[in-house]
Amino acid sequence: MSEGFKLEIVNPESSFLSKEGVSEVVVPAFEGDMGILKDHISIISFLKPGLVKIFEGSKEEIYYVDDGIVEFKNNCLSILTSNIFDIKKIDKNIVKDALNKAEQDNQKKDISDQNKYLNDQKIDVLKNLTLN
Amino acid sequence: MASLDDLKKRISSVKSTQKITKAMKMVAASKLRRAQESAEKGRPYSDKMNNIILNLSNSISDQENSPRLLSGSGDDKVHLCIVMTSDRGLCGGFNTNIIKKAKSFFQKILDEGKTLKIMTVGSKGYDQLKRTYKDNIIEKISFKESKNANYFDADKVGKIIIEKFEKKEFDVCTIFYNQFKNVITQIPQEQQIIPLKNSDVEKNLSEDNYEFEPEEDEILSNLLPKNISTQIFKAMLENSASEQGSRMSAMDNATRNAGEMVDKLTIQYNRSRQAAITKELIEIISGAESL
Repeated sequence: MSEGFKLEIVNPESSFLSKEGVSEVVVPAFEGDMGILKDHISIISFLKPGLVKIFEGSKEEIYYVDDGIVEFKNNCLSILTSNIFDIKKIDKNIVKDALNKAEQDNQKKDISDQNKYLNDQKIDVLKNLTLN
Repeated sequence: MASLDDLKKRISSVKSTQKITKAMKMVAASKLRRAQESAEKGRPYSDKMNNIILNLSNSISDQENSPRLLSGSGDDKVHLCIVMTSDRGLCGGFNTNIIKKAKSFFQKILDEGKTLKIMTVGSKGYDQLKRTYKDNIIEKISFKESKNANYFDADKVGKIIIEKFEKKEFDVCTIFYNQFKNVITQIPQEQQIIPLKNSDVEKNLSEDNYEFEPEEDEILSNLLPKNISTQIFKAMLENSASEQGSRMSAMDNATRNAGEMVDKLTIQYNRSRQAAITKELIEIISGAESL
């Protein structure tokens, strides 16, 4: 498909996903979800915990990310993340563990506002995941 | 000359050593492939990270107020050196090479009258450094339990470093590790991670103007701590590949040497056996002649 752009998702261990011809990617950017289409202006942003949605024609893939950085340049989108799961294959127990941990972290007194904000986001997303 | 019995014992002992080194070589070879693979797979992440940071730091408008992790604390009196070595021995010159490199760097720093702090990752480095630099070592970390280098461990090291930096315990941070080039060559590296040196990668900088969301410095201050963990992780991956490579070639050499030794000892053994036989024959013949 000529209408798409290139997507690369890398985590520290390996290149997680590499795709050509992606029509749209929605990333959970720090200041709100952001949809990226072809010929988007070059942008760098970082991610909060949330879902990355990849649209390829009529197909849709959804991944959960903990954090990350996105860079879009010359119709090539790179997502660097330390933690990523395919939500279809994700283990419910892992989600629950992560949720518990995030909730515990939120109880801590010395948590910074920013971390709390990120943690709240994480809890929301993870809760939604456990419901499905 | 050693008796026949002694020679026989030596031969069999060398042979069993050879068996061990051969087995270690095999193990290292298979581990090497995995380590090499993950080192290569890990490169895109750290390269991309580096690129983004370079782009960011170049487009930052207010150089004065850039995050301290990037620009440093403005001083270079206290150096923190992170020496990354293996937890296991029998890997040739692997650890010694890093230590040698690190020691010459330490000497330079001390000669300049600066304060030196050392953090060792991996127990072998600590063992080698504790004699000379016992008072300088502020922390030792070892990941003996983890089978492979993983990001989680690297992140732990990264967090310790950042915590120390924020407490102003040091000004400059340098890591030492072996870069994996191929099985026989590993290059000991020193890399300065705080403040970030961008002289070596400046050439592939793009001219693009990026849009940033949120602001540059906010992204940077989030990114830089991550970059430190990433660099440590990269060093760990390179190190583990180098370790296996180094061990493999060391064990290969050891196996070959053992083979040569067995050959030599066997010749010696056969010669002395023959000498003994000849001696006995001469004795018999001369005994018979004298009758």
